[in-house]
Amino acid sequence: MVKVFIYPATSLILSDLVARYGHTPLSSAVAIRERIQTAGLESPPLQITPEEPKKGLRWAAVEVPAGVRGRMSLYGPQIEACEAAIIINDADLAFGCMGCARTNELVKFLLRQKDIPKLDLYYPKSEEEGVQFVSAIKRFLDGLGGQK
Amino acid sequence: MTEYTPVHVGTVTKYVVVESFDITPADLAVRAYEIAKGAMIKETCFGLVINGKEEEVDRIISELRTIDPDHIFIKDRGFPPGDPRRCRANLGGARPGYHGMEQEMTIIPYVSHGLEVIQTRDIQTVPAPQNPLEHTDLDVNRLKKLIEAQES
Repeated sequence: MVKVFIYPATSLILSDLVARYGHTPLSSAVAIRERIQTAGLESPPLQITPEEPKKGLRWAAVEVPAGVRGRMSLYGPQIEACEAAIIINDADLAFGCMGCARTNELVKFLLRQKDIPKLDLYYPKSEEEGVQFVSAIKRFLDGLGGQK
Repeated sequence: MTEYTPVHVGTVTKYVVVESFDITPADLAVRAYEIAKGAMIKETCFGLVINGKEEEVDRIISELRTIDPDHIFIKDRGFPPGDPRRCRANLGGARPGYHGMEQEMTIIPYVSHGLEVIQTRDIQTVPAPQNPLEHTDLDVNRLKKLIEAQES
């Protein structure tokens, strides 16, 4: 079972396909769950405390806005732990504020720097593209080996 | 800042999203209630939210998947069902994160079709999709069409 980072990290389709073919998807829900289930100081809604931007310094410089560093404290450990990545380019649902946009750029940059198998795709826009999309993901995940 | 005491520690929460002509969220909920042993199950407009111990949730999900494997999609969730920080009952609007799921629901029929087709077709014969990292030059004929469209 290989840890696969998915981008967009909230993607339902990628999360499902990675788990369906026997691997572990690393998504933002998993990172949020860790914080929601850990006791500490109350910091609603996502339990992102003032400590998180400090942890984010590992992946982003101090002059980078705290919003980016806070988000990187969620994604950074997952990028370090992942053994493969599937990236969907130009995904509408990855659109967000400047904090999200800059974090997305940094996440993609860090993934491209990392020497791991990566699959770059677009979301399908027709049934035939859907077949190509699913086939490409299955071929990629089968090639990783280590299925459960 | 006040002290935070987490609830449902050690559990996982998963979404079961159904996009099928044959199965409704109510059908799935009935089946899930039948087989669940201590898991919390909430029926929603798009499927179910299931919370419980990881092994129990995985068992329920693998059973539910068999009902319509190509049209049932599963995703992790950070918050437990009905959490006041996320539940729309407290926020007065769609749950944050629903919009992303709603957008992907428009793409899921193509993915479901792909899942159905690859059961009968050799995936090695399926051509690779367009590579986003390839930057192709603008085709002359396409440029000509763009110029003509601009001039007319």
